[in-house]
Amino acid sequence: MARPLRLRIDEKTFPPVADRPAQKVLADIELTIAPGSFVVLTGPSGCGKSTLLNVLAGLDESFTGSVDLGSDDPKLAFMFQTPRLLPWRTVEENIALVIEGAVPGDPRVAEIIGRVGLTEAANAYPERLSLGMQRRAALARAFVLAPDILLMDEPFVSLDDPTADSLRRLLIELWTRRPTTVLFVTHDRTEAVMLATRVVRVDGRPATVVQDEVIDLSVTDRANRERVLAVRARVFAEA
Amino acid sequence: MALETTGKEERLGRVGRGFVGEVLLGRLGWTLVSFLVLLGVWLVVAAVLQSRLFPGPMDVLATLSREAATGALFHHVGVTLARVAAAFVVAMAIGSAIGIALGASRSADRFFDTWLIFFLNLPALVTIILCYVWFGLTELAAIVAVSVNKIPNVAVTVREGARSLSRDLTEMAAVYRLGWWKTLRHVTVPQLAPFFAAAARGGLALVWKIVLVVELLGRSDGVGHQLHIAFQLFDVSMILAYAIAFILVVQAIELGVLQPIEAHVNRWRR
Repeated sequence: MARPLRLRIDEKTFPPVADRPAQKVLADIELTIAPGSFVVLTGPSGCGKSTLLNVLAGLDESFTGSVDLGSDDPKLAFMFQTPRLLPWRTVEENIALVIEGAVPGDPRVAEIIGRVGLTEAANAYPERLSLGMQRRAALARAFVLAPDILLMDEPFVSLDDPTADSLRRLLIELWTRRPTTVLFVTHDRTEAVMLATRVVRVDGRPATVVQDEVIDLSVTDRANRERVLAVRARVFAEA
Repeated sequence: MALETTGKEERLGRVGRGFVGEVLLGRLGWTLVSFLVLLGVWLVVAAVLQSRLFPGPMDVLATLSREAATGALFHHVGVTLARVAAAFVVAMAIGSAIGIALGASRSADRFFDTWLIFFLNLPALVTIILCYVWFGLTELAAIVAVSVNKIPNVAVTVREGARSLSRDLTEMAAVYRLGWWKTLRHVTVPQLAPFFAAAARGGLALVWKIVLVVELLGRSDGVGHQLHIAFQLFDVSMILAYAIAFILVVQAIELGVLQPIEAHVNRWRR
């Protein structure tokens, strides 16, 4: 983790589909992300935030620009909008799958399962769990391999507020315990302020960076809703 | 759901009509009744015809026990079963590999589709004759002939599954760098399980029928060979005895091996 992560997208265009013409979604985006920072990428729904994350993850290679993940062989973790767990593997097996040389009952797996509070459900199949619990499992899978870079694509949508909040607190706790470079996509500005050390706002068509702010809040401040809302109003210049 | 229903029926059975009544009215009862009726029809027709060419169930049972007593039955059924197993495994492995490859690559699929249609429509008998001509009357020729007949069916079934693989999970496997082996084992194959099951079901039924033809044409043991001899002697009782023995064995495999495997593979479903 010597170098910062650098992303440059000169242009990202989706080819025409059926009667829809080609769509230029991203242009002139340049981001340099210091190791260990928690960057939240925010902007309106459908503006290309997820596309940017896919480019960074190497899932989308049809763009002009360059990606430097900061080391030659970085360990990457991705928490998707849906949990994307293997339904035919138990929670424990799903988590063990992503680490090298995992043995049954691996202490690394047991530890992270304990941290996310799924010890009781370790041997359950994902589809028998609530969405909130599946998300916990996906979070555990992302952290178990001690990633250099963690990409998160609106991982807490379609949850009720208390569940989403407890997952956010869990994320802060895990990240504080083991800092890693996080790029977190959301359209929820409160969530952005609550989690980020830096907020990058993209907007427009094609989308480009329109705002880049450092968020300087302590862990206790982040748990305080009043404080978070105040910072949100200041950062996004809301009345 | 299923458990609940069974429970209810059991309670009802105990209180209302007793264990025997419950069995007779249940699914098992239907199978039993239909089997007995079939046996009865056979018995009556054989009694009316009084012909050596249409033996009754008792004659066939006598032949069956005589063949069992000499050990011939077990030898020939065993040999045939071994060929079925070998051809089945080869066909499933190669057919699945082809199916996955064709499902994954659109250009490969477009190119090899014609080949697949050719082999799908090639009569089994032609493959068998050609294999014997090219490889001689050997065990290898027999297994190859049966496998070649089955491979296209497996490939087509598995291809259908491979075309509908979840892109979400493929991306997950790529990001987490699972590598090809882990991806195949934990992501791809489980998604294809229902298609493997369908291919295996149809496969077993097809393979054992073709194995008999292969044995009839060019082997000196196995159920097919016994049928061949019985045919030359017009020994219908022997033909029916071997046929029934093999039907029982195949049914036992279906119930005792394939269905438990399927249940195990599907245990995660709600």
